[in-house]
Amino acid sequence: MISRFSTMFCALAATVVAALPATAQDSVKIAYVDPLSGGGASIGEVGLKTFQYLADWTNAHGGIAGHKLEIAAYDNKLNAQETLVQVQKAIDSGIRYITQGNGSAFAAAIEDFVAKYNDRNPGKEVLFFNYAAVDPVLTNDKCSYWHFRWDANSDIKMTALTNYMKTRPNIKKVYLINQDYSFGQSVRTEARKMLNAKRPDIEIVGDELHPLLKVTDFSPYIAKIKASGADSVITGNWGQDIALLIKAAADAGLQADWYTYYAGGTGGPTAIKQANLTDRVFSIAEGVPNDPYQPAREFEKAFRDKVGVALFYPRAVNEIRMFVKAADEAKSVDPIKVAAKLDGMKVTVYNGGDGFMRSDDHQFFQPMYISSFGPLTKDQPFAEENTGWGWTERGKIDTPDTMVSTTCKMNRPS
Amino acid sequence: MSDVASGVANVPAREALSQPGAAAVVRLAAPWLALAVAFAILPAIFTSGSALTMLSLMGIMIVFALSYNMLLGETGLLSFGHAVYYGLGGFLAVHAMNTIIHDRLPIPLPLIPLVGGFSGLLFGIIFGSVSTRRAGTAFAMISLGLGELVASSSLILRGFFGGEEGVSTNRTKLLHVFGLNFGPQIQVYYLIAGWCLLCMIAMYALTRTPFGRMCNAVRENPERAQFVGYNPRMVRFIAFSLAGLFAGIAGALAAVNFELVNSSEVGAGQSGLVLLAAYIGGIGSFIGPVIGAVLVTWLEVMLSDVTDVWQLYFGLLFIGMVMFAPNGIAGLIMMHAPLWQARAYRPMLRLALVYLVALAPALVLLAGLILFTEMTYHLSVKATEGTTISVFHIAVDAASAKSWAAAAILIAGGFWLFRMTWPVVGAAWHEAFAQARGAGSVK
Amino acid sequence: MLELVTISTLNGVLYGMLLFLMASGLTLIFSMMGVLNFAHASFYMLGAFFGFQISQIVGFWPAFFIAPVLVGGIGALVERYGLRHVHRHGPVAELLFTFGLAFVIEEVVQMIWGKAPVDYRVPALLDFSAFTAFSTNYPAYKMFELLTAIAIFAVLLAVLTRTRVGLIIQASLTHSHMVAMLGHNVPRVFMLVFGVGTGLAAVAGVIAGPALVTQSNMAGLLGPILFVIVVVGGLGSLAGAFLASLLIGLVQTFAVSINLSVADVLGGIGVAPPAGGPLFDLWNVTVAQIAPIIPYLLLVLILIFRPTGLMGTREH
Repeated sequence: MISRFSTMFCALAATVVAALPATAQDSVKIAYVDPLSGGGASIGEVGLKTFQYLADWTNAHGGIAGHKLEIAAYDNKLNAQETLVQVQKAIDSGIRYITQGNGSAFAAAIEDFVAKYNDRNPGKEVLFFNYAAVDPVLTNDKCSYWHFRWDANSDIKMTALTNYMKTRPNIKKVYLINQDYSFGQSVRTEARKMLNAKRPDIEIVGDELHPLLKVTDFSPYIAKIKASGADSVITGNWGQDIALLIKAAADAGLQADWYTYYAGGTGGPTAIKQANLTDRVFSIAEGVPNDPYQPAREFEKAFRDKVGVALFYPRAVNEIRMFVKAADEAKSVDPIKVAAKLDGMKVTVYNGGDGFMRSDDHQFFQPMYISSFGPLTKDQPFAEENTGWGWTERGKIDTPDTMVSTTCKMNRPS
Repeated sequence: MSDVASGVANVPAREALSQPGAAAVVRLAAPWLALAVAFAILPAIFTSGSALTMLSLMGIMIVFALSYNMLLGETGLLSFGHAVYYGLGGFLAVHAMNTIIHDRLPIPLPLIPLVGGFSGLLFGIIFGSVSTRRAGTAFAMISLGLGELVASSSLILRGFFGGEEGVSTNRTKLLHVFGLNFGPQIQVYYLIAGWCLLCMIAMYALTRTPFGRMCNAVRENPERAQFVGYNPRMVRFIAFSLAGLFAGIAGALAAVNFELVNSSEVGAGQSGLVLLAAYIGGIGSFIGPVIGAVLVTWLEVMLSDVTDVWQLYFGLLFIGMVMFAPNGIAGLIMMHAPLWQARAYRPMLRLALVYLVALAPALVLLAGLILFTEMTYHLSVKATEGTTISVFHIAVDAASAKSWAAAAILIAGGFWLFRMTWPVVGAAWHEAFAQARGAGSVK
Repeated sequence: MLELVTISTLNGVLYGMLLFLMASGLTLIFSMMGVLNFAHASFYMLGAFFGFQISQIVGFWPAFFIAPVLVGGIGALVERYGLRHVHRHGPVAELLFTFGLAFVIEEVVQMIWGKAPVDYRVPALLDFSAFTAFSTNYPAYKMFELLTAIAIFAVLLAVLTRTRVGLIIQASLTHSHMVAMLGHNVPRVFMLVFGVGTGLAAVAGVIAGPALVTQSNMAGLLGPILFVIVVVGGLGSLAGAFLASLLIGLVQTFAVSINLSVADVLGGIGVAPPAGGPLFDLWNVTVAQIAPIIPYLLLVLILIFRPTGLMGTREH
């Protein structure tokens, strides 16, 4: 809300200044389209703060191709048609870069809309930067030249996870529990396939799909997990589905390891600490706050001091840095030129290590980290959600070991 | 009540029926022609892209809200699951479009809303045969249950509902007629406007038929309707099916506009929205839902830019209407209809002036309440962002006592002044009516 | 197998009791005043948040008594200044008023406590395992929930049928004019009933808060199920609500443990699977996947075949 007014004010001031016969300093705006009210707002607001911080940081470090970077916030109210309305509004006010991440369904709607819009309005192209929507289909069957994804998609995460599990001989019986929608289903399908290929000795003793964000009491599911005798659980659950699941597990005294995608999200650390699951909950992500890479630690510290929450999206840092790099190299903020530079770009990522944006499908590949949640040692400064516990790195999977193939047949502009 | 409620057009129409010939037809058709012209020139007035999108959304919502009013306003059936027919109409429309594209059938885009209408009618008949056995609270509960059922099954029947992403399509790939490919939004707007006009005429005509009158009768007194020889259950059933038909058309128009339909279109949120729109506009008249649809669409799109707690304002507006203006905005306007009919213009003007005077403290009160709400919200949820917020483009420090004192003064002062104007407004009202009675033919 | 059945039964009864705690207030309000309170789940949520906030200051046990009283007070005020005013506009207006109220309460809660879950903990006194059944621990807290729910049911039944106040309330329902003529303050009785009903919902909130996640979307998650219970049990019957809560709690819990799908049943008899389309989805769906929508199926079936509910006494 504040940035919207300051954006308008800045835009107004910019137009006034531009009217004078002097060097105009236009700002480049990114439309942030995510839930900012209602149920998803707690996640949407964190993302917005992250991007605003990154915009400020960019402007303090030379701007983007000589322009200032600004974030304009649009509330999509967790509704696909509303998302399209807001994207249309953004485009109408002259914005040519859209970023979104919370909800693959909305990302799919945006990707489709942007592809059609660019097709019907040549010369007014718009780019879509996806920072968190991980449904693999967005860079496979539904891929588009105008879409770039910075989050490791669900298949990549499972590849990294199973590569780590390959090295853990104590895993014998695995239970799969996921949310019943496209993302959850892709998690379970890939888990089965990859475990079968890499550790055929592991027995999959259960495979559960439950309704998305509707279950309030997971104890029946925990009972089933117990009855199956599983020693490890793989789940892609997020939001309250992971928090309640862990709570129920704690209540029932389930002794198992948890391999998750989003246990680090809001509410997760609190639930894990409440449940006293010391170093039994693992998470796969593109960065760990307590990783010894010094530049990342400094950034994290400055971020936490200013914004007051942990940096949930190291990939947002990569996104903005690569955007700036592409614009600087192209000496322009025109979407077509920026897209051409982003296509196939190689960078050193936020957490150190090499990453690149694959040309075939515009999926970014980067090192992945497995970490567990538990008590910290003295040289680990970052705790989560005032619990006193934090994430400790347990394994790193280098970029080449995270590669997955793609079915994308991309239509490139000539 | 129904006379007043049916709008100004009612009186000329009745007079017209007793005057045979061209003059009668012209008087009947005049409002609709005017509306058609208005629809046609609106894009010339509001030229920006997002205005065009908003007008298209309003057109869709008008059809949807009017179809809802067929249930609530006309037949007295409160439904919490009307979005089912809207959403299913949309789904069938996208599937039809995809089939047409795939099989290269020679069916142009303007005919697609018929698919939506058919789907709405079909499901209206199927679900209606079950729901309309009961009326009142039981009917409301069934509609809620059915709505939840359909919304939940959308995640199970992934083939039809497309799962979380929904089903998407491309409206430019159908058969092109008159050189129109319906890519640009302006073409879509005219398509929606055309269908909206058609549906409005159809639904208005329905209210004028004996069937429409029987719906009203069933709403007021079902037992008596039985004495006249009509089966209330059958009347409700037909009304329900027809309401489903028009909701389906609205859903198909939305499908064409967004080229995407997903399971939230059948959900409780969409049902609640149309209820809000119809009720705020006024369920006692034909034009009420139209007003409500326009207002709610505008608020829904623009309000979230201005404040994060737009849902709260929505809810408060709704409660305010339920408590103080149960006939909605149209009802408030219709209260003045006798004055208009008696052509008592000067009393009306005087009344309007008094309203303006009473409006000033009301606005002050409103400003104070908004300030209070925004500051509370900011302090409790966004405290980490610093305490300065921007209300009405004025920077306000939410943590300073001065701001809170200002809010308190605005609220208290505004309320007190507003209170003082009530007797004045009441007196002006009575005076206006007395003058009108003296001057003309007010009943 | 036996383990699964035992545990599912225990879980189902516990879940059902929690639902009953909430539905009891709703049934009371409806049976006494004929108003279907859409905002009932919102009062439940208020109870949870008030309980959380007060327990931060003075601890869980005082909160257990103070929070419901506060929320009940708010409920009484809502009745006095809101519902009573709207009453003259008819039943539709009353329903819509409570509908709007639910909306507003959720927004206000979000405004004050934010959208993220709050850290509402089980009190230390009850934070142990009551017993262990087949290697699954049963927290003492859940036993406490169970006992409270049963106690409330017993007290409610006793008050309504055996005390003078209860008889006046019952009489006011059907013969409010006569009761007024006999000298009782009927509007005040209604206000009392609404306050008590919402207070009961708040008790459910105070207790359920630590067990489930206390978040601003609590009301939306449990609201529809409440209506299903009240309607299935019978509009106006407390015993019916008790039965329906147990039924739905057990059905939902058992349904989750069953991985049977249509494919297993029909395929076992030898019916061939359909090639594609919507029937294919139905073919593969398991009972566990449709567990959350079973209550709505029940609702629709009951409303069609037995509109008065399982034990209902009034037709509406």
